[in-house]
Amino acid sequence: MDGIMDLHIHGPEATEAERAVVDAVVGEPAGDRRDLLLPALHAVQSRFGWLPQGALNCICRRLHIPPAEVYGVATFYHLLSLTPQPPTVVHVCDDIACRINGGARICEELAGRECPAHGGWKRSPCLGQCERAPAALVVRAGESPNAFVLPRTTSGAIMASLGSEEARENDRLEPLRRSAPQSGSPGLRLIRRIGQVDPESLEAYRVSGGYAALGRAFELGREGVVREVIASKLVGRGGAAFPTGRKWEAVAKAAVKPHYLVCNADESEPGAFKDRLLMEGDPFAVLEGMTIAGYATGCEKGFIYLRGEYPLAARRMATALAAGRAAGLLGSDILGKNFAFDVEIRRGAGAYVCGEETALFNSIEGKRGEPRNKPPFPVEVGLFGKPTVINNVETLVNVPPIILEGGAAYTGIGTAGSSGPKLFCLSGHVAQPGLYEVAFGPTLREAIALAGGVSSGRPIRAVLLGGAAGAFVGPDQLDMPLTLEGARAAGASLGSGVIMVFDDSVDLGDILARIAAFFRAESCGQCVPCRVGAIRQEELLARLRAGKPIGSRRQELALLQEIGQAMRDASICGLGQTASTAIESALASLDPVPEQGRPS
Amino acid sequence: MSDQPMFTHPPPRASRPPAAPLLPEPKLVDVVIDGHADKVPETWTILEACRHRGIDVPTLCYLENLTPVNVCRVCVVELAGARVLAPACSRRVEAGMDIRTDSPRVRLSRKMVLEFLASSVDLSTAPEAQKYAAQYGARPERYGPPAAPGTLETDRHVGTAQTVAQPVKIDNDLYVRDYAKCILCYRCVQACGSDAQNTFAIAVAGRGFDARISTEADVPLPESACVYCGNCIGVCPTGALMFKSERDMRKTGEWDESKQQKTDTICPYCGVGCTLTLHVQDNRIVKVTSPLDAAITQGHLCIKGRFGFEHVQQREPAGAESPDVKLPEGVSSRFKAR
Repeated sequence: MDGIMDLHIHGPEATEAERAVVDAVVGEPAGDRRDLLLPALHAVQSRFGWLPQGALNCICRRLHIPPAEVYGVATFYHLLSLTPQPPTVVHVCDDIACRINGGARICEELAGRECPAHGGWKRSPCLGQCERAPAALVVRAGESPNAFVLPRTTSGAIMASLGSEEARENDRLEPLRRSAPQSGSPGLRLIRRIGQVDPESLEAYRVSGGYAALGRAFELGREGVVREVIASKLVGRGGAAFPTGRKWEAVAKAAVKPHYLVCNADESEPGAFKDRLLMEGDPFAVLEGMTIAGYATGCEKGFIYLRGEYPLAARRMATALAAGRAAGLLGSDILGKNFAFDVEIRRGAGAYVCGEETALFNSIEGKRGEPRNKPPFPVEVGLFGKPTVINNVETLVNVPPIILEGGAAYTGIGTAGSSGPKLFCLSGHVAQPGLYEVAFGPTLREAIALAGGVSSGRPIRAVLLGGAAGAFVGPDQLDMPLTLEGARAAGASLGSGVIMVFDDSVDLGDILARIAAFFRAESCGQCVPCRVGAIRQEELLARLRAGKPIGSRRQELALLQEIGQAMRDASICGLGQTASTAIESALASLDPVPEQGRPS
Repeated sequence: MSDQPMFTHPPPRASRPPAAPLLPEPKLVDVVIDGHADKVPETWTILEACRHRGIDVPTLCYLENLTPVNVCRVCVVELAGARVLAPACSRRVEAGMDIRTDSPRVRLSRKMVLEFLASSVDLSTAPEAQKYAAQYGARPERYGPPAAPGTLETDRHVGTAQTVAQPVKIDNDLYVRDYAKCILCYRCVQACGSDAQNTFAIAVAGRGFDARISTEADVPLPESACVYCGNCIGVCPTGALMFKSERDMRKTGEWDESKQQKTDTICPYCGVGCTLTLHVQDNRIVKVTSPLDAAITQGHLCIKGRFGFEHVQQREPAGAESPDVKLPEGVSSRFKAR
């Protein structure tokens, strides 16, 4: 398409500064490099705090993309702005975990205060910092842009961040230890280095056993690695639980070349923060898992699609990539084994839907992050139309232990139907919110006890399993075993491992309203059931909460079910298909919106 | 010597390029459609297989001359054993598929999609969508009256339904964009882009319920890359994109499709030979389209074919004075404008 198109560009030319920023990303593109669009938009956004028209025009010319399409992409992402913004913007999380831990109050307090001219704030969906709620993300544009998180924050701290040039978090281990309370305990596999081993030192990673698995993988050979992963019965940890070995085998055998490897690090599920802590606390393990996956499936190029709201994880991964390259663990001939593999980081820009694998491909390719219809599946037609293996961060971190211990031994961990260790993100009203590793199998009650039980000592009102795309379970279901089959039997899903606990002080109707708003805001808008269904669901909940049903309350509840059914059945992707499950599960058994309207 | 006339030797050259060599016959696969076993070519979509059997599958975003984007989801069908419904327009048949086009799940999803559209979009000039909405029992009133247009975040009133209403865009003489009538079927974007015109003047911008068709930064069409081929109008299923002439006639109440006659002809402007369909009302051309199955155009035209028809109907109203035209010496006054 690009070769036969005349670009029609009007409006301001780029200033010298704008051109320099675009050139630094685009360089001298050879051939079709539309995939540099999002990196270029990111660069302009972080230099100027918004996307001036001249800079956009420059991007259109350099990458040969029509202005209307660049505009379509730029308006898709919440972290990009088409209108001038102050250089410092604080994204204040008002999503469920922060909301019940003071986030809602912070937003109210901020609303009444005047911001300095060079700073502003906005409400944000879940920032993936639920273990240290309430949180905010400070984004500073400029010549040396930076971004950092304010954990356990207050409105005062947010106002102070607008007024100062305060530094980012520096301590490498202490915050990690606090976020992973099991840190240092024996018997851990996936998080054993988090808070214990310097995440920025390749040497420290090796001393702690790192890269032994890659050596072992080369001994096993490509097919041997795939065999071990199949034998391990590892299933994807991103939520869909697809057998990883089968995915690898399909790509390894695909005739079309090249093959691509993608690490899905766009964790954005409200309540999920496991992938963030893996990348912040053990980035080399992610990289080693990717390298083994690339070796087994015949990929020379890997991408990490890393959530835009995770600045520290991005820095740590970049440090790990640089160290790996310098040590010959990435590059044209890894460890002299005649295996070429390298990894590139691509940052998301504020779009939950880009965690959907095909939306993620489109995002990397410089298109709007709209999911594709499946089939064809990524193992046949994936990134850039090529066979692609795409795995979640946690899935890849499971790979080194599988290679070292052997697939058969790995199946000894967990239960017959759910093998291996599993990470759970405990948040909400628990005494010690954080990331916990267990072998599949303990009950929900035991997992909550692991996090110190309910912080207030009050009774549990509900538990959200699997995040906003998951389901609520009631206090009568706490003996559900945390296994894939156990959750399924209870009509729930473990999803990405979110366990968010609500005590009986919470207004569950308010939580449902926030979840409905989340899906309305995060729907890509491509298909009708999700685009309109999500807003109709939100409106209907608002009517129920206000005690103003159209017709009777019973009619409204029936309508809500029809909306949910259509979204589940007819939406293109998992976002729309799961946008009603949490809400419907709560309404089915937890009476979140009592008949008289809002609970007092 | 042959008794055939001389001028037939050698035979005249074919007026069309020779047909492409035939592709090998596609393999037939066994499928079941609504309980009836069928054998269909494996290259077909479910929609083609259904229509071949005479089964009516509603479509809104699908059009024969565009790549299926399967976004409206009104064509969904149920496949036995599948977790979710499948879009008939883009999904290819597979051996052993058990397709149900009229199951309760299918009917519910279609009704809801039509209800969602009818409650959020002005379908007053979209007869096909209206027809399907009635056929599937869509009841948009279940969501309350339309909300006053406003920004999404701040203006949400309990009891009303948000719509996609926005002001009409009239920024040129040829066509009008009324996106309050837009169901976001992507057809215009495809026709403007790689499916026909390769101009890329418009794209989908924004996200979620706020997604809309837009030029870059929403500039008026004359500032955009638009070349006024009108192919976006040609494919629009809801009248969101419309000839300005049609819109003006609708406003004054003159537009009457029952009085319109359609006549096919060949465009006189260049040598390509595009088929034009002239829509004529009261002996005036009011609109020009091209048949989707016309070999040369596949329904798409250029600005001249689509809009350049006024010269054939330059008539002075009776009794008007002739303009004072100075003719060169010797030119007969019968060429003078009437």
